Amino acid sequence: MGKLIPMRQAYGEALVELGAVNSDVIVLSADVSSSDFSSLFEARFPDRFFNVGIAEPCLVDVAAGLARAGKIPFANTFAFLFALRAAEQVRTSVCFSNANVKLAATYAGVSDSFDGPTHHAITDLAVMRALPNMTIVVPADAREVRQAVPAAAAWQGPVYLRLCRNEMPDLPGAEHPSASLRTGPFEIGRVVELRAGGDLTLIGIGIMVGRCLDAADVLAREGIQARVLQVHTLKPLHTLAIISAARETGAIVTAEEHSIIGGLGGAVLETLAEAHPVPVVRVGIRDRFAETGPYLALLERMGLGVTNIVAAARRALEAKRSFQITL
Amino acid sequence: MHDHSPELISRIGRTAQEWRIQVLDMVYRAQSGHIGGSFSAAEIIAALYLHQLRIDPANPRWADRDRFLLSKGHAVPMLYVALAASGFLRGDELQQLRQLDSRLPGHPEPHTTPGVEIAAGPLGHGLALAAGMAVGARLDKKNHRFYVLVGDGETNAGIVWEGAMFAAKYHLDHITAILDCNGVQQTGTTADVMPSEPLADKWRAFGWQVIEIHGHNVHQILEGLDAAAEIHSRPTIILARTTKGKGVSFMENDFVWHGKPPTETEYRAARTELEKELVQWAN
Repeated sequence: MGKLIPMRQAYGEALVELGAVNSDVIVLSADVSSSDFSSLFEARFPDRFFNVGIAEPCLVDVAAGLARAGKIPFANTFAFLFALRAAEQVRTSVCFSNANVKLAATYAGVSDSFDGPTHHAITDLAVMRALPNMTIVVPADAREVRQAVPAAAAWQGPVYLRLCRNEMPDLPGAEHPSASLRTGPFEIGRVVELRAGGDLTLIGIGIMVGRCLDAADVLAREGIQARVLQVHTLKPLHTLAIISAARETGAIVTAEEHSIIGGLGGAVLETLAEAHPVPVVRVGIRDRFAETGPYLALLERMGLGVTNIVAAARRALEAKRSFQITL
Repeated sequence: MHDHSPELISRIGRTAQEWRIQVLDMVYRAQSGHIGGSFSAAEIIAALYLHQLRIDPANPRWADRDRFLLSKGHAVPMLYVALAASGFLRGDELQQLRQLDSRLPGHPEPHTTPGVEIAAGPLGHGLALAAGMAVGARLDKKNHRFYVLVGDGETNAGIVWEGAMFAAKYHLDHITAILDCNGVQQTGTTADVMPSEPLADKWRAFGWQVIEIHGHNVHQILEGLDAAAEIHSRPTIILARTTKGKGVSFMENDFVWHGKPPTETEYRAARTELEKELVQWAN
């Protein structure tokens, strides 16, 4: 594992690379460019950078106007501000109008941990997922952030790009036995199988993907073979991959840095309840607000640790056994 | 400044009155829609579509067209009439206001109706959207103009002022906003609901050039639009003093006519008044 760089830094660097090859890319910020590293773009392309001030509804509407002028705007602010303060603009000017706007939602989940619950975004996926025309992309590590930025630009239509603030471990790369599964291009709309297994499936999103892999290691030592799927595109969700995992492994654990309501867990449950019901246990924030503290400790406090995923897997396996007996 | 002919001024004034009758018919037929704010904007919209806008109904997405953004989206019946008169819609489509499978939805939808530039209805979007479009046009070195019709009640919304500050910061002098100051909103007068005066001072303080006109005086509308085009380095707002429900005595200045469809009796009475006024235009 090399030196870790914060995912927000990876984002800022990716934006500069994109701006260098695509002059239609415009970057807008609601005065947080020093937080999300879009300041790197501002320094390189000052004519294509606009600071709208602390005015998130204006940020989204100006971006929508630029999209109608044929540009590819990347609007930048904190995830909770897009999802909550500017939600009406996102719905009307971006989704309803199907505007080619990219909402780069930084500090997602509880990653702005020290600023506390007012700055956390633990309901943003629920809001964005319910909006027609929206595409939701959640990279799992810095490497994937670099891939997701140009992929979002190439994607036609609204994109909510959910970004973690902090440095997190890169997922296993070329050196890992499962590397062949991760060498393809970053393709919006795919579900990626990171680890094969037939006993149950762990489905992760964002920084919880790495934790699912760690949980699978723990389970393997107990003789349990967990499949691990990464959902980097929550919407449109590749439901066939979810249904296949349910059919082939019979039990599911979802893991997300978000409320258990309306995010990945909700999407998986909705899919399977209609198509192939199996036991599903959700790892996520259990319908409460978080707290203030160091990021990694806060993740543990909110029940988002590897041990929580392992415990959820055991519950899912138990339920799978009684489920099969019932059937 | 152009010298606007009496014929042009008369044609716009007469057309505005004709369009009021069409809007009345549409809202009556649908038994749904907003008459008051459509009527207050009749002359403004007529002046834009009969004279000011460089647009092409054969090519609604022409890149160099002027953009008209109806930020007070509830006045969309008047916009539909203007679009039909300009060739963007068929005349018979006006009978389909607010109906399934029509191109005349309850509020403006750019993806549904040719000639409609923005989705609006939730109030406050127009200026910020225009600002984004204007920045894009400037980057592409295009010189078309942006006309944004805003309601005075709409300025209750904070997003209006966010957009206003952005447009002033970036010197977007190719934006002309027109504030339809009819003084009435859904549940009362603007003075009672949320006092907004002194509007001219407020807009000047936000960095805008302010032009004040009577919004039913076609000559003043045309002069105001011309004057706005001469302003450089800052956006312009035309404060157009208007009457909500203009042209129908029992609708004028009465907030209940913000969004109420007329009964048959009311419809007949309103149409009689509007037609009587139209006859005077013909003389």
